[in-house]
This record gives sequence, structure tokens and C-alpha cells, in this order.
Amino acid sequence: MEKAKLQASHIHTVFNRDGKTTPVLDDISLAVADGEFVCLLGPSGCGKSTLLSTMAGFLSPTSGEIKIDDQVVRGPDPRRIFVFQERGVFPWLTVEGNIAFGLSHLTTVERRRRVAHYIRMVGLEGFEKAYPPALSGGMKQRLEVARALAVNPDMLFLDEPFGALDSITRLVMRGELLRIWQAERKTIIFVTHDIDEAVQLADRVVVMSARPATIQQIVKIDIPHPRDISSARYLELRDGIFQQIGLAHRI
Amino acid sequence: MNSLAEPRKWERFFWPMLAGALFLALWHYSVAWTATKVFPSPDDVGKGFLELIHKHVLWGDIIDSLRRVAIGFGAAIAIGVPLGLTLGWYPAANHVVNPLLEILRPISPIAWIPVAIILFGVGERAATFLIFLGALFPIVVACVDGVSNVPSVFRLAGRNFGLSPVQMLTRVVFPAALPKIIVGLRLALGIAWLVVVAAEMIAVDSGLGYLVIDSRNSGKRYDLVVGAMLIIGLIGLVLDSGFRRMEKVKSVRWGFRDES
Amino acid sequence: MTAMDNDKKSRSTSLSTQLRPLVFILVLVLLWQLAVSRNPNQLLPGPWAVVKAIGELLAHGLLVKYVVASLFRVTWGFVLAAVLAIPLGLLIGWNRRADMAFNPLVQMLRPISPLAWIPIAILWFGVGDLSAVFLIFLGCFFPLLLTAINAVRSISAVYVNAGRNFGLAPAALVTRVLLPAVMPQLIVGMRITLGVGWLVVVAAEMIAVNSGLGFLIVDARNAGNRYDLVVAGMVVIGLIGLLLDIGMRSLQQVPSLRWSYSEA
Repeated sequence: MEKAKLQASHIHTVFNRDGKTTPVLDDISLAVADGEFVCLLGPSGCGKSTLLSTMAGFLSPTSGEIKIDDQVVRGPDPRRIFVFQERGVFPWLTVEGNIAFGLSHLTTVERRRRVAHYIRMVGLEGFEKAYPPALSGGMKQRLEVARALAVNPDMLFLDEPFGALDSITRLVMRGELLRIWQAERKTIIFVTHDIDEAVQLADRVVVMSARPATIQQIVKIDIPHPRDISSARYLELRDGIFQQIGLAHRI
Repeated sequence: MNSLAEPRKWERFFWPMLAGALFLALWHYSVAWTATKVFPSPDDVGKGFLELIHKHVLWGDIIDSLRRVAIGFGAAIAIGVPLGLTLGWYPAANHVVNPLLEILRPISPIAWIPVAIILFGVGERAATFLIFLGALFPIVVACVDGVSNVPSVFRLAGRNFGLSPVQMLTRVVFPAALPKIIVGLRLALGIAWLVVVAAEMIAVDSGLGYLVIDSRNSGKRYDLVVGAMLIIGLIGLVLDSGFRRMEKVKSVRWGFRDES
Repeated sequence: MTAMDNDKKSRSTSLSTQLRPLVFILVLVLLWQLAVSRNPNQLLPGPWAVVKAIGELLAHGLLVKYVVASLFRVTWGFVLAAVLAIPLGLLIGWNRRADMAFNPLVQMLRPISPLAWIPIAILWFGVGDLSAVFLIFLGCFFPLLLTAINAVRSISAVYVNAGRNFGLAPAALVTRVLLPAVMPQLIVGMRITLGVGWLVVVAAEMIAVNSGLGFLIVDARNAGNRYDLVVAGMVVIGLIGLLLDIGMRSLQQVPSLRWSYSEA
């Protein structure tokens, strides 16, 4: 692989609570290339969200380091935006206000242009002046993605972004995300516990074990988009991961 | 929640009017039945009401009361909001100051009257000081509560977008805390209105509270007493409704669930 | 360290941190003493004078007597208010029509300070315990009423439907679903209202009765300008109010109620 966009080296993270130490991440090393779509896959509570937060700079690892563009990550940065599960949209701002949130350094004209562009991109036309409480879950999620994209980050971190949505909306949103990714080619790291979701979206799937999390296996999904979810290769890759996860739980 | 049929539109006026009419009837007949010479009946109060309005003194008293509330409440906001925001933002500072606040808070503003009189003498300033004290604590508590309970998602998002600490405060923390702050202000205004009436009964000689006490003392005019009480209730209601209107503004409405 | 940094760190409970509030209060007390010694001719007592005054009250047995009198009135007023306001509030919150009927009346009467009722209270009950209890009752009635109304309104419909699904009769629905569901909010409301009751009793005693902590404050000033007793009374009021609040808060810790207090 050419120079990695993101390089995680020997990440150990231990949580201290009330005197008890809980190891959460155990010697995680991972390289992500520029423009790649990587999924962190694992059961709930395994630590994948912790890893993602560490990569985004919200948490410090107990030992080890994360480097992005060869610089050690010391805190959050607008060049790598974290997308929460729709709860991150600001309820006191309109749709426009939210998307414009990171754009205060632009001129008014430029800002308006960008906001309109991203409203169109995520399909929220007509809701410019609406407030988040009036939006559905899927729309709020799209709003959060638009807000993240508007500042033109290099990387996006998505933490189970579709978890609060119904399965039909989820399928739609996956397609939307892929469409946006293919248009803008950001580096995306996506956390999920849904095996199908991982195989449908990612270039590579990082299968993680239960806590303390280690990398069980990295599966390269070599099917070009759009992926046929009934094709033999898809099913083969998916079942492979199924078995792998099953293995990760054997003592 | 009740499974009975949805009430019709006309019922919105019918039931309160029925309840109000029953209340007035109860009042009227208990006055008549007990043949009390002192307690006013509803139309006594109505007449007393009109008398107060015609005598023009009423307006002066209302303005006096409102003025004292305005000054005391205004001072409480000017000091309480920055203080509360600071304490909420620096938990260490809050940890130090909080116990003192918790001890001072249960002391009724009324109990402070002697101290107020020592410090300011009998009169206007003592009353305003008491109102200030009464309103200060709910405001500080609400600000601390609002700031320290900003959901961490919002703060993380703010950091993610590279906001400076000042920008964090103005663009994320303050808007997120605003619903709670407004509720605190509304409660504080209610308390200020209670305190002004009490303060006027004891420490000054004008205003609605004074009117209540004076009507009794100089002539046992209980019709005026009750009339003044109703005016106090009405103004308090108007002040409260004004604030509730503020809570409906879209950029804060998200913070309120169904309230009574 | 700001609220932002708390994302990463857990709160430390070292001894020095716990002592800081005490030190803060001590410093303020010292400043108070300083200010008073500088101006010996004015009336405000210093902290030491206040402590001696409290000792004096204890020695004469007055402190206990007054505290008991005040607590007695608060208890009666509060309990009466609770017994009337809570069932009424639950009914109004539950039944749309009852809500429509009573809400305007409640909203009108609510902002009238209990103290504005003093002449009426004296008229009906004379100067004495009953007046004070009546005023406290008034001060506690409306907050409790509103708490009960709001508590019922915010019960998740899920609980009610589950109760109905299991075939509960209305009476059982009330005791086995409604009451447990509103209990956490009721307790919070009762704690706040108890604080209000404590504020009112002091005011009521200053005007309408002849014993109790509020009376102490007024009397100490009137019968000889004993401002040290006045401030002593205030300090005791503050401490007891604090104890009452702490007591109610510990009620919130009972496990069968804790389910509702998630993040707080």
C-alpha cells in the first residue's frame, strides 16, 4: 500500500472506573489508505466505538499512537469529522443553520452556495428552514452527514449512523452514502455491528473480537460497486465473516 | 391518555366557565349563609375593584410593585446569569461554591428583612434587595444546571468543528442551555413577584402588598383586600404567560416537553 | 480544567478537593468578622457574636422550642396540602375535561403569594398556629398540584396500555401502574415544595404567630435590637432547610424509585 492516510500503531486502551481497570483495546494496529472505505465490525460493546473515538481524537489511547497524514493525532479537528447517530444535530438551528455551522470563515455568498449544494446532495430540499424536531430520523441523519461534508473534511468517522433507523430507511441510506462517497472520495471509517452492512459498503472489513478488542481478521471485499447482494461472491464473503465472528467467541 | 372520546371544541370554554361559575356561586352562597359581616361576596369584590380603579391609586401601586420587581429581577439576571454560567462551566469552582449556596438558599428572603433593613434602611432599596435575593438563587441554579447538562454530543461536535473556547460557549453551550435558563428565569420571576408582595407588606408603604395590608388595617376593607389579591394574581399570571410565550420560540422550543 | 475536559477525566474525590468548599466558607466568615470589627458602631453582628447567640438560645431551651414549633407547622401545612393537592392533581392530569375545567382557575390563583392571604388568614383563624398552617398549606398546595398534573401527563402511554392489556380494573390501574409511575416525579416535587413550605413558615411566623424561628427574628429585633439573635435565627433556618432538603434527596435514592433518575 502507498503511504497510509491513517496509521494506528499498537493502540492499547484501558478504562479506569472506581478503581477497577478494564482493558478495552488490545494492541490494535491498522493502516487505512486515502479514499478507502473501511468498516469496523464487531458485536456491541466490543470497543469499536472506542477505537473510532480514539482515531477522531476525542480519546487518548493508554499507549500507542494514531497518525493521520503522518502527524500524531492529539485532538479533534475539522479535517476529520465524526458523525454521531443523528443526536448530534443542533436542535436550536434550522437545517440550513446546521449545515452552515462549520462555515463561518466563508463569505456569505460562498456559504449559501455550499449549503444549497449539500442540501441537494442529501435530498433535503424544501426543508431548509425546518428545525430538527420536525424531521424524521433518516432526515436528521442526512442532515448530520450534510453538515459533516460541508466543511470538506478529508476523513469521515461514522459511528453506527444508521442504527436508529428502520431497516428500509437503512438500505436507502447505505445507497446514499455510497453515492456521496463515490462523488467525493473521502476516506471513511464506519463502525457497525451489522455484517451485511459491512460487506455492502466497505472496501475492507476489519473484524474485531469481543472486549478486550483485537483485530481478528481483515477481509478485503473485492466486488465492484454496485454490489449484487445475491451474487455468489457476496454471499461467500459474508458467510466467511459469519464464521469468523463465531470463532471469535469460542474460548 | 384517557380513552374517553376526544373533547369537542366548545368544551374548551364550557368546562372552565362551569367551574368558574360554580366557584363564584359557592363563594357567594357561603358568604350569604354564614352571614359574615366582614368577608366580601363576589360582587362586593367587584365593586371594590372598580373603586380602586377609579381612585387612581391602583395604578400607582401597580407601577411601584412592577418597578421594584424590574430592578430586583434585572439585577438578579445581571449577576446571576454570568455567575451561574461560570459555575456551570468550571465544575471545580462550582464544587467550592455550591455548599454555601445550598445553605443560603433555604433562608427565605423574608428572613433577610432585618438584615436588609440594617443595610439599606426601611424603604425602596431594602425591598429591591429582597427581590434580588429571592430571584438570584433560582437563576444561578438554572444556569449551572443548563450548562453542566449540555449533552456531550454537542460539545464533542463543537470541538470537532474546531471551535475556540469562546465560540464553544456562544455557539454551542449557551444555545443548548438556553431552555433551562429560560425556565429558571420564569420561576425566578414568579418568586420575585411573591417576594415583592411580602416585602411591601413589611418594609415599604406603597405597592400592591402594602395595599393588601393597608386595606385591612385602615378600615377592615376586606373587599379591597380580596380585590388587591386578585389583581396580584392577574399580574403574576400575565408575567408568567409572557415568559411561556418565549418558550414557544422555535430556537428554544426543542428543550421543553409538555408543561402545565 | 473546564467542563470540556470532563469527557476524559473522572472526578477526583481527594481530601483536599472535599475540603475546598469548607475553606471557601471559612474565608468568607473571616472577611465578615473583619468587616464587623472595623466598624464597631454599626448594628450587624459578627460571626462570633452569632455563634454566642446560638449558644444562648440553646442554653435557654428556646432554640429547640422554636425549631419544633416551626417544624410542626410546616409538617401540618405540607401534609394537608399533599393530601388534597396530589389526588386532585392526578385527577386533573388524567382527565382532559377536568383539566379544561380547573386549569384556568388554578392559573389565576397560583401567582397570589401566600402572604397576600395573611389578612384573610387572620380573619378566619385569628393570630396563631392555625393561621400559619393555613398559609403554609396555601404555599404548598399549588406547587404540589402542578407537580401531580405534570407527572400524570408525562406517564408513558406504554405503561398504561400494558396495564390495560393485562386486564387491570381502573382501581388497580391506579394503584399498580399510575402511582408507581408518577412517584419519582412526585418526590422531586415534594422536595421542592417542602423547601417552599419552609420559606413560607418563616414569613408566616414573622407576621401571624407568637413562636417559631420567624417570630424569633422579628421579636429579637423589636424587643431590643438583638441583631445577633436575628442572624443566629437566619443561620439556623438555613441549616434546617438544608437538612430537610438532604433528607428528601435521600428518599430519591430508594431503589424502587431510582429507575426514573437516569442521568441526574
